Amino acid sequence: MSNYLGNYSLYIALIASVYLIFKSYLDANSENKYLDKNFILITSIQTIMIAVSFFSLVAAFVISDFSNETVFNNSHTSKPLFYKISGTWGNHEGSLLLWLLVLSIFLFIFLLNSRSQDTKYKLLTILFQQIIISGFLVFILLTSNPFKTLYPIPSEGLGLNPILQDPALAIHPPILYLGYVGTSIIFSASLASMISGNIGDKWARHIKKWVLVSWVFLTIGILLGSIWAYYELGWGGFWFWDPVENVSLMPWFCLTALLHTVIVLQKRNSFKEWTIILSITTFSLSMSGTFLVRSGILNSIHTFANDPSRGLYILSFLFILILMSILIFFFNQSKISNTAKGNFILSKETAILVNNWFMMFFLSVVLVGTIYPIFLEVLNGSKISVGPPFYHNLLIPFLIPFLIFMSFGPSLKWIKDKLKKFNYNILIIFLVSLLISYVILTKTENSFLLSIPLIVLSIYLLLVTIKDFFVSRSSISQKISHFGFSLLITSILLNGLFSNEFNSNMKVGDERIFNEKVVKLKEVNVSDVDNYKSLKASFEVTNKNSSFALYPEVRIYQQPLTMTSEADIKTTLFSDNFLVFNILKDDGYYNVRYQYKPLMIWIWISTIFISLGGLLSVIRKNEQKY
Amino acid sequence: MSKNIKFLGLLLTLIIIFIILLKGLNVSKDYSNENLKSKIDFSLNAKKLFSDEIIIISDLFDKNSPSLINIWASWCAPCREEHQFLMKLKDMNINIIGINYKDSPKNAKNFLSLLGNPYSEVITDNDGTKSIEFGAIGVPETFIISGKTNEIIKKYIGPLTSENIIEIKNLLKKNV
Repeated sequence: MSNYLGNYSLYIALIASVYLIFKSYLDANSENKYLDKNFILITSIQTIMIAVSFFSLVAAFVISDFSNETVFNNSHTSKPLFYKISGTWGNHEGSLLLWLLVLSIFLFIFLLNSRSQDTKYKLLTILFQQIIISGFLVFILLTSNPFKTLYPIPSEGLGLNPILQDPALAIHPPILYLGYVGTSIIFSASLASMISGNIGDKWARHIKKWVLVSWVFLTIGILLGSIWAYYELGWGGFWFWDPVENVSLMPWFCLTALLHTVIVLQKRNSFKEWTIILSITTFSLSMSGTFLVRSGILNSIHTFANDPSRGLYILSFLFILILMSILIFFFNQSKISNTAKGNFILSKETAILVNNWFMMFFLSVVLVGTIYPIFLEVLNGSKISVGPPFYHNLLIPFLIPFLIFMSFGPSLKWIKDKLKKFNYNILIIFLVSLLISYVILTKTENSFLLSIPLIVLSIYLLLVTIKDFFVSRSSISQKISHFGFSLLITSILLNGLFSNEFNSNMKVGDERIFNEKVVKLKEVNVSDVDNYKSLKASFEVTNKNSSFALYPEVRIYQQPLTMTSEADIKTTLFSDNFLVFNILKDDGYYNVRYQYKPLMIWIWISTIFISLGGLLSVIRKNEQKY
Repeated sequence: MSKNIKFLGLLLTLIIIFIILLKGLNVSKDYSNENLKSKIDFSLNAKKLFSDEIIIISDLFDKNSPSLINIWASWCAPCREEHQFLMKLKDMNINIIGINYKDSPKNAKNFLSLLGNPYSEVITDNDGTKSIEFGAIGVPETFIISGKTNEIIKKYIGPLTSENIIEIKNLLKKNV
């Protein structure tokens, strides 16, 4: 029943989409002053149909309807309700349906929110957005229909991959998608404004909200993915430069650049072409992310249900969109009136341009690291693996000039700034940060020459952003985001510098001494919980004068048979103690990994600060930026 | 003029990237390992699914023509998909030996009675160790084994497709 409902409502949505494409194309060429009321009506019907389709899939998951192939492949009656629901988007078909739902909801909100805009511009935005929606609809219906039926109906499902049974991961895809899909509105709107020629400060003010919303969701989405990797994967890190992680980071760099550029467009009415190029690139990167993750081009040999037609479809669709946007860009370039007045070297415009250069550099490094292995394999058949050293060696040295620029760029004035007289405050802050860094660096042995300027500058930037809360005239949201960013860099650097770990095979009763701490394995308890078997170990870590217990766990799931390690992490404001164990062969030994990671929690907190700044900027309506 | 050059350059770059990614999609995901034969010991003992008899795997091979080994399980959805192709191969009088991977005998028998039994013999692999000995990394997997030398001629990871079936037919003709 829900299979038919879901399937046919998708067809109705497709018909609506085709109608809207033609209607908006025709109306955009006529001289209508007002937007036809039908647009809102049909768009809302389409949104409702897609929502019906999505919720009938959710319903199929909740009642464990195994006549649906997607449910059969990804659910099991013994799963908790929460994970049955999150199983809806934990797989390829369902996640695309979610993507589509967000796509249509965003268009609907856009229509409600852009009453004051030019009619032709609105029509063209609908046109481009509907092209994207219909592309996804056809993709889902042709290659990844979530409503395929199975007969005879199996009595039990195969289960959701247990590694995906985690609260952070359950909400991670929807949040990330909100970010990705938000960029589609920016894409459609910028192409529309290019044709209708209304790029300017008014348009910038209107599109800035969408940029901010996408950016906030993307930031939180990346944060949740990172939290999941840290707590669930049990590798003891928060970022692994995995291709799947990288594809979410690339649009983030681009969107961050766009976020700054759009402010220049709003305040100074310049950087018009650059804003459009960034909008197109951001969306292309989000789509490429979908292509890379969903086509299996990156994947290992273990993805069996790999359908090459999916990859082919997304690739063709992606390139048609990119080609379309390039054509539109080149043919309408002359419509962009260049109203930019000359800038001086020392101005906020230049500072933002420099910020953009850095973002583009970071983006290129990640892009090359992610795509180059694929290219090389095609071109000469050799397989290379690009790991963290590549990214670290290329990115970290460039953090030094980036941090310097970030410390003074935001406080420059628009158009022209003067070199101020010698500022004693800055000197005092710099000396203080030198002193703090000296104290920090004497405590560690593994410091390199490079880490000295990095630590000094990150602490300097941190102090400057704190000082800005009291003296600078810039907006509170910018202050919070920049403070969050400097806190993030400082935490990551100190975390990298002071983390240490040991790895050892232990049996019950064993003790290991590590950095003046004693780690003791006291016992291992076996028990049956819900849908898995649990082995819970009890460790005691004794410091000089205090001690605490850690209880890592190994879970053995039956459907499908998978073993996961749940690390136990003791988190304090200053450090994380991370302990994870694994079963070796049956001789009573366990492989134990203990890590000491300082300031871990500050990496999460600072990222929350970064997105909080963006969020404040969305909410505060009449915010003035200087 | 310079605008046109920019445009054409961008277009050309895009087309090249498109072609490379297109090729990348088709990079073969069939990994066949040439050195596998030295590792595999087909004289392993195994239990039959339909009787409790214990046999030596290599005794099941046809001495004069190649045999197929198919690793499957009733809980594996791709196995369900590829089952129709195995039935086709059976109709071509090809000797297929099934290895039932980490499955309950009851479910396995139900699966075969429901969808048909393409195998000349099914042996059980409750703990998955036999499949590991064969160098398998998951289910389903299919091996073609030469009858004369007991060597693996070809290995398919993942479910068989209709193209694979044609390929298998051709391979077997050559090796008879």
